[in-house]
Amino acid sequence: MAKNEKQPFIFDTELRLVMLTGLKVRTVADLRRTLALVPGSSIFFHTHHEYLAHNFHKPLHYNDFSVWVSQTLREEALAEKLAAIDLLALTTIRGLREALLKTLDDYTAAKGDVPQECRPDEAFHFCRSKSFILPTGIVANDVPEFFAKLPLITDASLYFHFFEARLRLGRLTSDFSRWLKERDRGDLADAINALNPYIRTLDELKQDIIRIGQGAGALHS
Amino acid sequence: MTTSLDSYRGVVGSDVVDELVQLADRVRHRRLQHVNSTAVGGGVAELLTRMVPLFRELGIETSWDVIEGDEAFFAVTKAFHNALHGAQETITEEMLDVYRAAQDKNLHDLGQMGDFVVIHDPQPAGLIARKKESGGHWLWRCHIDVSTPDPAVWDFLRPYVEQYDGSIFSMPEFSQELPIPQFMVPPSIDPLSDKNRELADDEITAVVQKHGLDPERPILTQISRFDRLKDPVGVIQAYRLVKRRYDCQLLLAGGGASDDPEGEQVLQEVREAANDDPDVHVLLLPPFSDLEINALVRGSTIIMQKSLKEGFGLTVTEALWKGRPVIGGSVGGIKLQLLNGVTGFLVHSPEGAANRAIELLGDETLRQTIGANGHQHVRQNFLTTRHVRDYLLLMLAMEYRDTDITLLTAKP
Repeated sequence: MAKNEKQPFIFDTELRLVMLTGLKVRTVADLRRTLALVPGSSIFFHTHHEYLAHNFHKPLHYNDFSVWVSQTLREEALAEKLAAIDLLALTTIRGLREALLKTLDDYTAAKGDVPQECRPDEAFHFCRSKSFILPTGIVANDVPEFFAKLPLITDASLYFHFFEARLRLGRLTSDFSRWLKERDRGDLADAINALNPYIRTLDELKQDIIRIGQGAGALHS
Repeated sequence: MTTSLDSYRGVVGSDVVDELVQLADRVRHRRLQHVNSTAVGGGVAELLTRMVPLFRELGIETSWDVIEGDEAFFAVTKAFHNALHGAQETITEEMLDVYRAAQDKNLHDLGQMGDFVVIHDPQPAGLIARKKESGGHWLWRCHIDVSTPDPAVWDFLRPYVEQYDGSIFSMPEFSQELPIPQFMVPPSIDPLSDKNRELADDEITAVVQKHGLDPERPILTQISRFDRLKDPVGVIQAYRLVKRRYDCQLLLAGGGASDDPEGEQVLQEVREAANDDPDVHVLLLPPFSDLEINALVRGSTIIMQKSLKEGFGLTVTEALWKGRPVIGGSVGGIKLQLLNGVTGFLVHSPEGAANRAIELLGDETLRQTIGANGHQHVRQNFLTTRHVRDYLLLMLAMEYRDTDITLLTAKP
């Protein structure tokens, strides 16, 4: 990755295995208890993997916890509150875990009790991911080349540089913005930072970024 | 027939194949060894037949060993299989002794082991005893639905499983609380195998007619081993309900596997339930009938897989790949494949299966839409190339055990 302004941008990609924790829950209380214990990679997985999945329809919720609470426990208001956690405002998995726990605590405190228990075959199973980052072989040596090569990258590459890098590797911002800032294109970095990847498909997100480059005339040096 | 890696570029895209080559570069000098209990028949043998040559082409020295067992051993492991699926089985101490004795004999016969050893299913699970001496990374690959296992059998197997370096299950519902890492790897089908490749219309019609089926009338088909957990009799019940509305035919076709001694008995039950109905066709297909199965699925109007329990249900994957609308039991891996109402229909009873079949037979557009979605779903998730990639990642995962995210951005 870019360390100084002479560094090219190296597009990497992510390949991952899903790991199973063997932990499953059937109630909101158990969900809360287990959320406090599972590895951070499990929290990241359940709040992000849907963005990378191919979907026939835009899902009602991208967050697995919300989907399960809504579809299985039928606790719609809680599902909405979990889905409304502002992922873009969080920069650590720890912060995300705390936000989830607080949402569950607040809801339970307000409601008094959430007694529903789902059938055993509808339990929520905690997974996590184990990721490997590899170079794609696509390299951009300057800003115009960066935007010119964006159409070539895969969803997994975009996902890595946007979601994984920011939240899981603690880089605070997307790799794209970081590199552009190092290239003295803070305007483009800020414009990309202003995008909300959590309400766009990866393809839409890619088009948004390309448009930012086009709008700034960055495709031509 | 072996298919070269390059042939997959046209099906899955060059980027997917390039990714495999890139990953293989990082594990190229390791030996991969698979061990299972049957060379022919059943999903595991099919998977390995297709995948082993691809690993070799990727430069990974790969071997495939099949354990030996007599009739008594396979009767025990079939009982284990049923019990792990949650069925009522009586497991005696003598049966456990038969299992242990077969493990001992196979341990004695085993040659040199690989750097990565993948033991498939419970039949050879006891071979883990060799790990101490041979070293390497050992993975237990469980292909069956162990979501509600009979505790007697699971408690017997657990001490073996816990000695492995990792375990692999097809979906989250099958995972167990184990002290070893658990990975999720759904199985896959090979789009270029005789069972799945494209066929010309006249080839399809010829096979359909050869088996006495009328290509002009709707054909409901279940391709499956003759096993009670596949509920072939329930399919006949569903067919009879559909028959009241549509002049349709039913095809129940399947082969046997050398590790399944119950097949003959179930086949007899199915023939009795068919009750000489000329529109019910029961076919026991010999091994190596892949092209015939391919043509029969492609020549069918609707595919059923009304399982009561299912590991993954590769017959569903195969039918989806061919763009056929599928009605499946809401169990095991079928639930991963049939997104209800989108890529297929999930049912819980013969009546449910009949209702969906009637709906599909009355709506050609629905059949086409569901079929196209199903094909796309398989392309994204359940083809051989994804499965090979997962194994390569598993090899890496065994070598980088302590990290959740590993940067392999330097050249190997």
